[in-house]
Amino acid sequence: MSTESQNKGAAPGIGDVLSGADPLAAGQLRVVSRGGGWKVRLARFALYAILLIGGIGMIFPFVWMVISSIKMPQDIYSLSLVPPDPTLNNYRDVLNSTDYVRWFGNSLLIASITTVSVAFFDSLAGYTLAKFNFPGATVIFILILSTLMVPTEMLVIPWYMMSIEFEWTDSYWGVMFPGVISAFGVFLMRQFFSGVPNDLIDAARLDGFSEFRIFWKIAVPLVKPAIAALCIFTFLGNWNAYIWPLIVTRSEEMRTLPVGIAFFSSEAQSSFHLIMAAAALATIPVLIIFMIFQRQIIKGIVLTGLKG
Amino acid sequence: MLLTLERRRWLWAYAFILIPLLFFLAIRIGPAFYAFWVSLHQWDPIALQRPFIGLDNFSAMQDDPVFWKAFRNTWLYVIIGVPVSLSISLLIALGLQRLVRYVGFYRVLYFVPYVTSLVAVGWVWRWMYMPNGLFNDALSRIAIGPFQWLGSPDTALYSILIMTIWQGLGFQIIIFLAGLESIPVVYQEAAAIDGASNWQRFLGVTIPLLNPTLVFLTVTGVINYLQVFTQIRTMSSAGTGGPLNSTISLVLYVYQQAFQQLPSKMGYASAITVVLFLMILAITLVQLKLFSRKNNEY
Repeated sequence: MSTESQNKGAAPGIGDVLSGADPLAAGQLRVVSRGGGWKVRLARFALYAILLIGGIGMIFPFVWMVISSIKMPQDIYSLSLVPPDPTLNNYRDVLNSTDYVRWFGNSLLIASITTVSVAFFDSLAGYTLAKFNFPGATVIFILILSTLMVPTEMLVIPWYMMSIEFEWTDSYWGVMFPGVISAFGVFLMRQFFSGVPNDLIDAARLDGFSEFRIFWKIAVPLVKPAIAALCIFTFLGNWNAYIWPLIVTRSEEMRTLPVGIAFFSSEAQSSFHLIMAAAALATIPVLIIFMIFQRQIIKGIVLTGLKG
Repeated sequence: MLLTLERRRWLWAYAFILIPLLFFLAIRIGPAFYAFWVSLHQWDPIALQRPFIGLDNFSAMQDDPVFWKAFRNTWLYVIIGVPVSLSISLLIALGLQRLVRYVGFYRVLYFVPYVTSLVAVGWVWRWMYMPNGLFNDALSRIAIGPFQWLGSPDTALYSILIMTIWQGLGFQIIIFLAGLESIPVVYQEAAAIDGASNWQRFLGVTIPLLNPTLVFLTVTGVINYLQVFTQIRTMSSAGTGGPLNSTISLVLYVYQQAFQQLPSKMGYASAITVVLFLMILAITLVQLKLFSRKNNEY
């Protein structure tokens, strides 16, 4: 079974994770900085310049979004990079004419609860599958792993029927329930918990710790970086989720931010000064959070990406 | 009866795994089988009768031009999007790897689009693609265009594709960077001492050692592109996959069939998701095969 071999292959990486080493910082031992003559320096300068231009190209849509969002309606098609008459009215109009605050709150609530739930249950399941030898463990693991192959789109129709049946449509639980435990997270946490030494667990057992206390007090603190990465991934995924919240919500008050923005923008009749203000309101909070935690977020993406 | 120590531990394990297991059975595995079941019916949620029609939904696809359009488009997204985005991101990662200073700053620049909502950035791009928008304005200064972008069946799919590639680059770059860092420097040095040129070192050392990363990014890329939905619903005219169905994808078509039109054709939509599932299954199996062959070599 390939998961076994992947697990073995992952073992050295887990040490790095447990010691908190930055897998990207490890690359400091590159062959690059050999000082060198003017040709080398010129090439290096050119590389910095080209990558900077490319990088500015990458973030330019956000710059353009902000510029457009502070223009007066009559200036929007002038396409100047400097707004002739900057204004925050568009933001005020969006905030006044939509349930933005409510949508923001909905997204925050749904993404937060889902993240806490995933962090807890995926850790628990991952730990159990990594550290207990019980009849049926392999079957359960394969069962959970196999769900990764089923695309969400295949499940939305049955989920929708379930939601109708149990009257979950247009409720927080209705938006959340498909995501409160994640198969990818179970797989990921199992990989990381396999790196926790068995001696540690046995020693705690001899000290009379209960199994849950061993999990909670000994195993979990050792894989904190992995749990943090899983949390980041889960939060971002749920914050930006679109297709399921679009299907399961009905009333305006229950929409999540992406769904609300989508409806507002398509009903705004090409008033792009308002649409850009709405897009900015949806992206800027995420951008701020990302700027603050960028090191951890990028590290987390690497961790989860490489294990998955 | 006294429980042995081992059995007591089993009980703990079952208690720990119970809720996740029930969740996966009820929310993932059960519904997956149910989708197969629905795909064998003519299924309108508000109709009283939901007759069993065998494989009729699947044979109906053969004569459905929109299905084939969506099928073709979806594979166009995959076949162009995956190689192009992987090439660009590998190139950028190779450049970023050579930087010694401001590495974090550069990484952030390229990574930002990946964390933002597709709906919001989709609208930003839609605004830039407007006939009298930024792109045409900029291109007209160097006497190119104007283009219809999202407005013409010839260019709309590619316009959406450009935005999709832009949005996903950051993730691929970060994973490529991690893969490149894991290649031991000694291999590169040994090849350099043997007189290999930069290009030879790239083809002979970097690419083979980067193989696991390439496989991983290709598979996740193919699966993601197979499921494109949000950007098409956001950027195509009226969100319907237009103009003239030139941008419609399988997932968008499923959404329309099941949730947008009356009478709702949930059976037919489920049958299309089954086709999608089979394609993803095939790709996953190929990946498993590639990975296990890799492991046997060591």
